[in-house]
Amino acid sequence: MKTNTFNGIKARLGGISRRDFMKYCSIMASSMGLSTGVAPQIAEAIADPAKRPPVIWLHGQECTGCTETLLRPSHPTLDALILDIISLDYHETLNVGAGHQAEAALQQSMKENAGKYVLVIEGAIPVKDNGIYCMIGGKTFLSMVEEAAAGAAAIIAIGSCAAWGGIPSADPNPTGATSAPVVLKGKTVVTIPGCPPNPYNFLSTVVYFLTFGKLPEIDEQGRPKFAYGRLIHENCERRPHFDAGRFAEKFGDDGHRQGWCLYKLGCKGPVTHANCPEILFNDVGGGTWPVGTGHPCFGCTEKGVGFNIPMFTQAEIQNPTPSAFKAPITADHPSPLTIQGAGLAGAAVGAIVGASAIAMKNLGSSSSSSDQSSKED
Amino acid sequence: METKQPLGGRVLTGPFVFFLILVLIGAYFAAKRFTLGIGAVSNMNDGYPWGIWIALDVVIGTALACGGYTMALLTYAFNRGEYHPLVRPALLTSLFGYSLAGISVMIDIGRYWQAYNIILPWHSNLHSVMFEVALCIGAYCLVLWIEFAPALLEKMKADRLLKKLNRVLLIFIALGILLPTMHQSSLGTMMLMAGYKLSPLWRTAFLPLLFLLTALIIGFAVVIYESLFSSVTHRLPLETTILSKLATVTFWCVLLFMVIRIEDVNLRGYLPLAFDGSLVSNMFLLENTFLLCGLFLLMYPGNRNCPKLLFLSASCLLIGGSLYRFNTYITGFDPGNGWQYFPSVGELCITFGIVAVEILGYMWCVKRLPIISVPQTS
Repeated sequence: MKTNTFNGIKARLGGISRRDFMKYCSIMASSMGLSTGVAPQIAEAIADPAKRPPVIWLHGQECTGCTETLLRPSHPTLDALILDIISLDYHETLNVGAGHQAEAALQQSMKENAGKYVLVIEGAIPVKDNGIYCMIGGKTFLSMVEEAAAGAAAIIAIGSCAAWGGIPSADPNPTGATSAPVVLKGKTVVTIPGCPPNPYNFLSTVVYFLTFGKLPEIDEQGRPKFAYGRLIHENCERRPHFDAGRFAEKFGDDGHRQGWCLYKLGCKGPVTHANCPEILFNDVGGGTWPVGTGHPCFGCTEKGVGFNIPMFTQAEIQNPTPSAFKAPITADHPSPLTIQGAGLAGAAVGAIVGASAIAMKNLGSSSSSSDQSSKED
Repeated sequence: METKQPLGGRVLTGPFVFFLILVLIGAYFAAKRFTLGIGAVSNMNDGYPWGIWIALDVVIGTALACGGYTMALLTYAFNRGEYHPLVRPALLTSLFGYSLAGISVMIDIGRYWQAYNIILPWHSNLHSVMFEVALCIGAYCLVLWIEFAPALLEKMKADRLLKKLNRVLLIFIALGILLPTMHQSSLGTMMLMAGYKLSPLWRTAFLPLLFLLTALIIGFAVVIYESLFSSVTHRLPLETTILSKLATVTFWCVLLFMVIRIEDVNLRGYLPLAFDGSLVSNMFLLENTFLLCGLFLLMYPGNRNCPKLLFLSASCLLIGGSLYRFNTYITGFDPGNGWQYFPSVGELCITFGIVAVEILGYMWCVKRLPIISVPQTS
């Protein structure tokens, strides 16, 4: 992005430097598993005011933890950036207005931006007794979600509650808490599970949508593959301890203090898909994720694991037997010795030896002449 | 009284054309290297990050170019004026040897355009042996050109400049003795970093001392070899008297080297390894056989007066000393994981080209510049 173009939007981005902005775009690209070459394209998309999509953010049965996590990324002025790259028209936590004024803003935005806005659902949707267990402005949350989803360009369910039910849906589930994909059957819902989810997974999904005009590749549970494609167990920094059989047996025992594998304490890393060990939390460096701090993963991103399997129950290992086809430790290196190379090297050695031999032969005959010359001296 | 004078004669002789062709072939591959990259011409790999460009052109090349160092050491540091006639031809080979070693490094390093950072003090990594070697060799190249400048100035008849230069030349001669002492030992220090990748037959804390000693041995031997060789090819009278004195000095150096070398391997308990029949151990035996041959030939004072045996012993020492350095850098080095290395045709041709430039330069200079001392015929 040219400096001139950037200067035009600098103020809108909260005075961030061009360098920091491009860095941010590169981080976005890499967290989506894209080449950093896409960064300029992302920068164009973010900087283009015409592309700013209106966002309607609905809260249901939740703790607002997902909204909180979104405020955490500490890259310079990210809050300004995210509030500026999207046009946040309705968000119950962040709304300036309140009451009927706020509801009117929601209705107006939905009407004006029909088919263009991004709907973000935070929290589970109670469906028991026609959804009367979550009412906002006299309406059930269920009807709000259905109404908003009808005109949305993309639907993102953020957090475990919206993605697969989360805590509200845990047994005995008195309110009939249901996830957004189930309520909105037939519509594509991108889910960003996690309790709370990593904000970068959400931001990356939004930026992907902005840049390419489509949603990223998702798995059968609606999770973007770039973030939820692999098991935590596969990329865990404590994996070598697992492979070597070094386990923490109790909280606070020697192994636990040494940072050994938490599998025996009930870590759900082996059955949970998420990128926590790779991108970590809160931008403060290594070890800042549950397992890194010494707590077993409880599987918040995995339907049927988090809040369902007891926290200290050992997870089923998916591949208990190691693969018979490990990548070899030693690679084959073909011999670089060629006939031409050997021939040339041999010829050179021969030439030197030959020249020396001839010189020596001549020395024999000239030694007498040297005696003569020394006599003359 | 002896004076230095150009030998004269036709420059474009048969051998000259032959070496010119080698230079052109080398230039072709060098051009290929600079347009298509190192991988296009070289067999170097992740296991062997250096090949013959470093082992031969730099590590052995600069040792062969130590004639200027050893002669300056003898003549000026030990005040043996009688060696003076040998200084200038030795300096000439040093000049070419070192300058071309510098060019080899430029061909060898991947991002050569960053090389200038070496001379920027605020970019210096003072903990790097490689940095010390690079800076030292770079400085020594410059010093060599200044040391050699009088020959050019005499030719150009720039008497006033020559007078000025002669006043400060002493400083550069002193530097010319100091710098090689530093970097020739550092070339050995460098392989200490290889740790267990280097065979125990070569891996020792004495590497810096042994490399300094081989620099002296090769430096002396190359002066003897070159003097005799050019006497034959240019039909000059032999300088046997000085050379036999030089051979005595060489003998003591080789003796010291051999005692340290063999005793070091022996005391560390690795001598049996030399006889296990592998390529590495055979190279160890070969290297030491050549050095011992040279040593025994020089042991008898009578031999030192016979040009033929003098030449033979110098050749043995040159081969043995060079093999020691080559083995330390290539043969004795095993990075593990099955990596192998043998120079490719392109790599060899660049090296041949560089050696050919040296020979061509020497051939031209002795014919056109006042280098070699010729006894005045009455």
